Parts: sequence; structure tokens; C-alpha cells
Amino acid sequence: MQLVLEKRAERSNTIALVSPLIAIGLTIVTMVILFAILGKNPLLALHAYFIAPLTDSYSLQEIAVKATPLVMIAIGLSLCYLAKAWNIGAEGQFLVGAVAGSWIAVKTQGTDAGAWVLPAMFVLAAAAGALYALIPAICKVKFGASEILTSLMLVYVADLFLDYLVRGPWRDPHGFNFPTTAEFDPVATVPLLIEGGRLHLGSIIALIVVAAAAILLGRTIKGFEIRVVGAAPRAARFGGFNANQLIILTFAVSGALAGLAGIIEVAGPVGHLQPGISPGYGFTAIIVAFLGRLNPLGILIAGLFLALTFIGGEQAQIAMKIPLDVTKVFQGILLFYVLACDSLILYRFKLVFPNRQVARGAG
Amino acid sequence: MQAHQRMLDPTPNGLHSGESPLLQTRGLTKRYGDFLANDSINIDIWPKEIHALLGENGAGKSTLVKSIYGLIQPSAGKILWQGTPIALSGPSEARSRGLGMVFQHFSLFDNLTVAENVALGLDGKESFKDMSARLEQVSKTYGLPLDPKREVWQLSVGERQRIEIVRALMQDPKFLILDEPTAVLTPQEADQLFIVLERLKAEGRAVLYISHKLEEVKRLCDTATILRGGKKVDTCNPRLETAASLARMMVGGEIKEVKSASGRKTTVPRLVVNDLSLAPAEAHGVRLEHISFELKGGEILGIAGVAGNGQDELFAALSGERLSKDPGTVVIEGIAAGHLSITQRRKLGAAFVPEERLGHGTAPRMKLSENALLTGHAASGMVNRGFIDTSATLKTVDRATETFDVRKAKRDPEAASLSGGNLQKFIVGREILRNPAVLVVSQPTWGVDAGAAAVIRQALLDLATAGAAVLVTSQDLDELAEIADRIAVMFHGHLSEPLATRDATREKLGLLMGGSSLEPKEAAHAVGA
Ligand SMILES: Nc1ncnc2c1ncn2[C@@H]1O[C@H](COP(=O)(O)OP(=O)(O)OP(=O)(O)O)[C@@H](O)[C@H]1O
Ligand SMILES: [Mg+2]
Repeated sequence: MQLVLEKRAERSNTIALVSPLIAIGLTIVTMVILFAILGKNPLLALHAYFIAPLTDSYSLQEIAVKATPLVMIAIGLSLCYLAKAWNIGAEGQFLVGAVAGSWIAVKTQGTDAGAWVLPAMFVLAAAAGALYALIPAICKVKFGASEILTSLMLVYVADLFLDYLVRGPWRDPHGFNFPTTAEFDPVATVPLLIEGGRLHLGSIIALIVVAAAAILLGRTIKGFEIRVVGAAPRAARFGGFNANQLIILTFAVSGALAGLAGIIEVAGPVGHLQPGISPGYGFTAIIVAFLGRLNPLGILIAGLFLALTFIGGEQAQIAMKIPLDVTKVFQGILLFYVLACDSLILYRFKLVFPNRQVARGAG
Repeated sequence: MQAHQRMLDPTPNGLHSGESPLLQTRGLTKRYGDFLANDSINIDIWPKEIHALLGENGAGKSTLVKSIYGLIQPSAGKILWQGTPIALSGPSEARSRGLGMVFQHFSLFDNLTVAENVALGLDGKESFKDMSARLEQVSKTYGLPLDPKREVWQLSVGERQRIEIVRALMQDPKFLILDEPTAVLTPQEADQLFIVLERLKAEGRAVLYISHKLEEVKRLCDTATILRGGKKVDTCNPRLETAASLARMMVGGEIKEVKSASGRKTTVPRLVVNDLSLAPAEAHGVRLEHISFELKGGEILGIAGVAGNGQDELFAALSGERLSKDPGTVVIEGIAAGHLSITQRRKLGAAFVPEERLGHGTAPRMKLSENALLTGHAASGMVNRGFIDTSATLKTVDRATETFDVRKAKRDPEAASLSGGNLQKFIVGREILRNPAVLVVSQPTWGVDAGAAAVIRQALLDLATAGAAVLVTSQDLDELAEIADRIAVMFHGHLSEPLATRDATREKLGLLMGGSSLEPKEAAHAVGA
């Protein structure tokens, strides 16, 4: 007996819709096994992960706060992925955006600068993220370098650069030698939506980004271009669309969105620049993009779901001493299942019995 | 009931007495949504029979054979194999039971050898060496010469098809299905294929043969089943019919003659090519060598030639999918355009129909309206400040559907769900409706049924009559003779001097297609004509 993958004659649209749900289900089953091996009560663990965070306003706000960067980055990535350009380095673009925006905050610290500071930080962060993303895009177009490798490697460059800045030139002189800048001035801080709460302006920006992406992809010729270049490259060339220009454009846009997400995170929930501002948002956003089927609305839902796992992971750590890394394991397993289930849209499993004919012939 | 009985038994004359059918379908039905692609089809295939499956584009021929071969699951009905009902889980089970199929679109890897390609397509577990030996033996037995060590890119279309046929024969099938095998073959290659099919028949195998070429069917086939609109309308002996009567059964009416308007006048040059030479873009492409011609408004120029002699490369150079350094090599409407993109050339009034429908002419998984946008976005008012005007794209779909009788399951389906011929009608319609000044079209009626082919040819003639310049590349010499004013031949990247159609005899074209040049005197005469 042998298990083989066989190409389906017709694409299964039902599976295209339920595949993310199957993936989530399989992930949860795997997690239950994992919890059991760790010696934790699986039911309590699942409750801590998925139910508890939904029961109080603080956690709900926190989910929205965590979902904000995930959704913004994933929207940008989805544009790349639809055009079959593989930007894996959003984490680096996020950090570079955070650094570039922080530069204004650090330089204007205590100078009584006006309300222009925050918008300027946003613009600079987006521009820096875009430029940083252009490095792998241009290497790809000009020299044929794999954008997967180059964009990924630039993550570590950005990470170390940020580290250097907060340990060296930008370190807070009154910060007891901690590697961090001083707390940003109020004009350099993202305003909160609820007094004393956690929810901030960034979440509104994320929603605007989702709406803009939906319009771009569904209604404009640019969005059509992105979809057709990815779906049928030769037909796209026949249509007059230039795949290389599109790689540059989608990388720039996704870099800009990642950079913007970076500065919103630093000038919002964190409040100052320090290492470790991202628990891997740029990588988790890859999962969000695929789980959301590269569709803006899907990404919004997937972003909220993955934010839930971050918060749930913290709660599980506090309540049940489950290591925080389990959250990363969870996200990794989820991506694995999402991609695996996606292949079921085009393929199906089949059991092959080598001596089936003999058996039938005899029967 | 009587009539029904007669339909079940196609050969009331008792030709098959003493034998039982190899394959039967009973009430075979395939539904897509509420559209019936196959509606309760009963057909019987006997051993030692070449059975033709005829029908217009979209009649359901491919759907029927895909069900029989286990590629799609029928919605209702039975398939009986040697009298017992079977439910195939997929093509590999079909193969193991003795069914073979040769698809219209080849599934070969260009950079692998013949033997490697065959090995990939077989389910067996024999060693590569045994398999190669068997391959050589089978190809020798059937007179289908193949060198197992050659890489596929070096082979002609006919040779590639040979690989598919030999691969199918190596499974020793009792029943072989061929879906439009001769659409891409030269007449000589088709003749070779018929010898093989006759031989398979003599060996006691059965063949199901889909084709739009009715003369061919009359010559080759013992029985013909005719589908119309998903239903079986008749089974007959094609030798007792005429091509016209077969066509009438398919369409359920008469087919219009293609008529050229008498007062067609040539005007100014609209497409001029000057000494165009271009290195191939792909490793295995053909180099274009000093191609020159001039095409006036009101004129149709045909390009004949065996596939793979640079026609694809010429198309890419004319369309702007490949640019040439010297702008003057391609002149559209008096403007040097060799360096302009395909979009800019479209804005100059040019339109293009490539040979490959799926993946080149259309994005298969996108809707027809989106595929209308694919070539219409530049110049047809479908885009307004960057926003798509969906009603305009849908209108193009509707107009193409109406003008060219495109049959489809719903208003705006995915391109890939259309039958081959209907998609071709849509693509040609999409371009002609833009009223181009210059139309460059490759294989306009490739796999299109007789009725629809007449509609498309008439549309090309009408376009020329209205003043456009039309360049048609085709392997079908009859088609070129019917519509072209002049015919040139492409060979190894060279384009011959065009001959006036009335002087372009089959012999002359055949010589040019084989690479010999005409007598200098004769050539001079033909050009002067
Ligand atoms: N996956 C699908 N979804 C919806 N409709 C389909 C699908 N596949 C085929 N059809 C429809 O079924 C009908 C029959 O298609 P089929 O490919 O069998 O035609 P055909 O007789 O082979 O035509 P041709 O000569 O053009 O190849 C067409 O109208 C087509 O649009
Ligand atoms: Mg067909």
C-alpha cells in the first residue's frame, strides 16, 4: 500500500475556502499532543490560549495592538506573494523603519518641536523600509539573485544595526546603561484611542491599509496587474505588464508598510527604541498572509487570530508555566499545515494498492 | 423505444456479430453547476473499430473522453468495460485496465530525453534500461521512429506527438483515445499517424478519435458518434456520408460559405518589416534572419511553414513581447515601432492573437472579463484613472459572445473552463472588436469546428475589407488559400518572397516548406504576379 499525491482534474473551490480552517484544526490537535507531552492539561492550556484572552477588555485591546503590525506587514507581503515575488525580510524592513522614524524622535527630544514630528516619523520610516526592501528587489531584477536569501539575510543586518545604535550613539544617558533610547516626547508618540487603555491610532491606520488593499486588488488596473503577473506570467507579458517593474513596486510597498508598522510599534506601545521591539512580527506576518489566503479581509481575520496566540501564549506562561517559545512552535506548525492543506486544492491523496488488480481479478 | 434501441446499437447491419463491445457508456452525464456538458450519453466502442467523436466546439467531446479516462468524475451514468461496470478513480487505474489516451496538449519536458519523458509517464516499475529497450522495440514495430537519447526540444511537433503515442502504446492498451491529434500536424505527419491507427485496428484494438477534419474522418473511421449541445444526436457510418452532411448533423443546419467581398482595395502600407534579424531569447529558439515584407491595408498575408521554423519568434518580434534594438525593423501605421512595448503597439492600432490559447492569450484561472481587460486596458476605455470599469469589460465579453457565438456555462466563467474552440472564438473576437488597423494572428482556427472556423475566417476577411492589414500564420494550407491574398513560407528563420495565392500551388509551397528555393525565374514571375 502506498500513499500518493495525484493532481486533481478540477481545482477544488470548497477546499480553497476551508483549507485554512482544516489547518487550524490540525494545528490544535498537534498542540494538544504537545501539551500532553509537556505534562500540562491540554484543555486548560487551550483555554488559556484561545478563550481566556477573549474574556477581558485589556486582553481584547492587546489583541488589536498586536494584530496591528501583523496585518499591516502581511498586507504588503500579500502583494509581493500574489505577484510571486518572495519577500521574506519584512522583519528587517520593520526594524529599519523603526530606526529611521526614531531618528527624528531622538533628534527632536526635548526641543519643543511641533505636531509635525509624528507624521514626519511615519513618512521617514515608510521611506526607509521601502528603500531597504529595494535592495533585494534590485539584486533580483539586475543580477538574478534569489530575493528569498537576500531579503532574509538583511534581517540580521538591520537587527545588529539597531543594537549598535541603542548601545552606542542613541543610548539614554539616564538609562542606567540599559540599551535603550530615552522615552519619546509626547509629540513623537502615537496617540491612544481610549484614555488609559492600550488601543492606539495605529489600529485605525491598519484598517485603512486593509481597505486600500481591497480596493487596489479588486478595482484597479494595478491590482489586476499584480494578480495576473503572479497567476500567468506569459499572459501578463502579452498583456503588456512588466514583471520586473512589479517586483520593484511590490517590494517597495511591502517594505514601506513594514517600516510604517515598525515606527508605529516603537512610537506606540513600546514608547522608545530598544532591541527586541518585535517578537518576530515580520516572520509571523508571513503566516498571516498565507492563512488569510492573500486576501485583505482574510488577512485581517488571520492577523487577529495570530495576535490571539501571542496573548494566549503570555497568559499560558503566567497561568500554567508553559514556555513562551511554545507560541512560536504553534505558529510554525500552523504555517506548515496551511501550506500542506493548500496543496490539497490542486492535489488529492490517494491510496495505491500494487496488487489491487490481482485482487479484483480473483474476486 | 424503437429509436432508442437503434441508438444503442450503431451497427444494425450486424458487423460486430459474435463479439461484445469493449466499452460502453450508459446515461453518462457531467454537470457543471446547472450546465450539462454531457447529457445522458450512450456510446458503444467495439474492438477493431476506429470510432470518431464529432461535434461543434463545446459539444462536450473532451468532457466525455475525460470521464471515460477517469480524469473527471461523471455526475451520473455508467461506464462498462467489457460488459462490467467500472468506477475509475483516476487515469492510472484507467491505464492499468487497458485504456490509453493521447492529449491534445503535450505533457513533455523539453530538456529531458525521449526515454526519460516516457519513463516519467509510465506507472510501471521496470528498470530504465528495460524500458528504453521496449521503447525502441515498440517504436520500430509501429513505424514510429524515435531516438530515445534525443532531447525533446530538438524534435518537431509531429515527433513530440509520436512520443505520446508510443508512450500510450507501451502500456499495450486495448482502447486508445486521441483528442484532436492532427490539429497540429502537417498533412504528411497526419498520413503517418493514420497508418499507425489502421494497424492498431488490425491488431484488434479500438480507437476513439476526436477531430474537426471531416475528410480525415471519412477516410479513417468506421463509425462516427455526433454530439451537439452535450447530447448524442446520431451515430452513423461516416463513409456513407459527405463532409457536408456530417457538418449538418453537428450544427443542426447549414454552414455558411466564406465569401470575400469583391471590391477589396489595398491602401497604404500599415505593417512593414525591414530586414528584421533577432537572436533567439530561449536556448532552443530559432534565429530570425533578415525578414522583410510589406502589408497594406485591405490585404491578408499568409505565412505557411512547418511549426518551429521561427513563427513564434516572428510573432514575439511583431507583437513587442520581444523588442529589437533598431526601431525601423517594425513599422506600424508609418511609425517605427521596433523598440515599442506591446501596449504602445496596441495604442498604434495593432492587435495580436497568439497560437497558445491558455497561458499566453489568456490567463487560464481568470474570468473572461479579466481576460478582456488583459489586452483591452491600453486602448479600449476599460480603465478610468486607474480604476477598472467592470461594466465595460463585461460588455466586451457579451459582444464577443454574441458576434462569435461563444458557448459557455455562464456569463463570465474562468477562461480555462471554456472548450478549446470556444476560447479561441473569444480571443479572436476580443481583438477584432477593437477594430484594429493591423491584426497579427497565429493559427486562427486551431481546434475550431467547421462552422466556427468559417465565422472566424469571414471575420478576418471582413476586417481586411474594412481596411485593416491582416497577417495570418497557419499550418493549414487550405485555410491560407481560402483567405490570403499572398502566401510566404517560413523556413529556419527565413521568410520567402510572398507568392500570389493563385500562383501558390501545393507543390511550390511544399518545396519552400522543405527548405528548397523555387527556380529563380518562377519566383520572379510569382512576385510579379
Ligand atoms: N470545469 C468546467 N467548468 C464549467 N464548464 C466547463 C468546464 N469544463 C468544460 N465546461 C463546459 O463544458 C462544455 C463542453 O466542453 P468540452 O471541452 O467537452 O468541449 P469540446 O466538445 O471538447 O469542444 P472543442 O472542440 O472546442 O474542444 C463547454 O461549454 C465548456 O464551457
Ligand atoms: Mg475539446
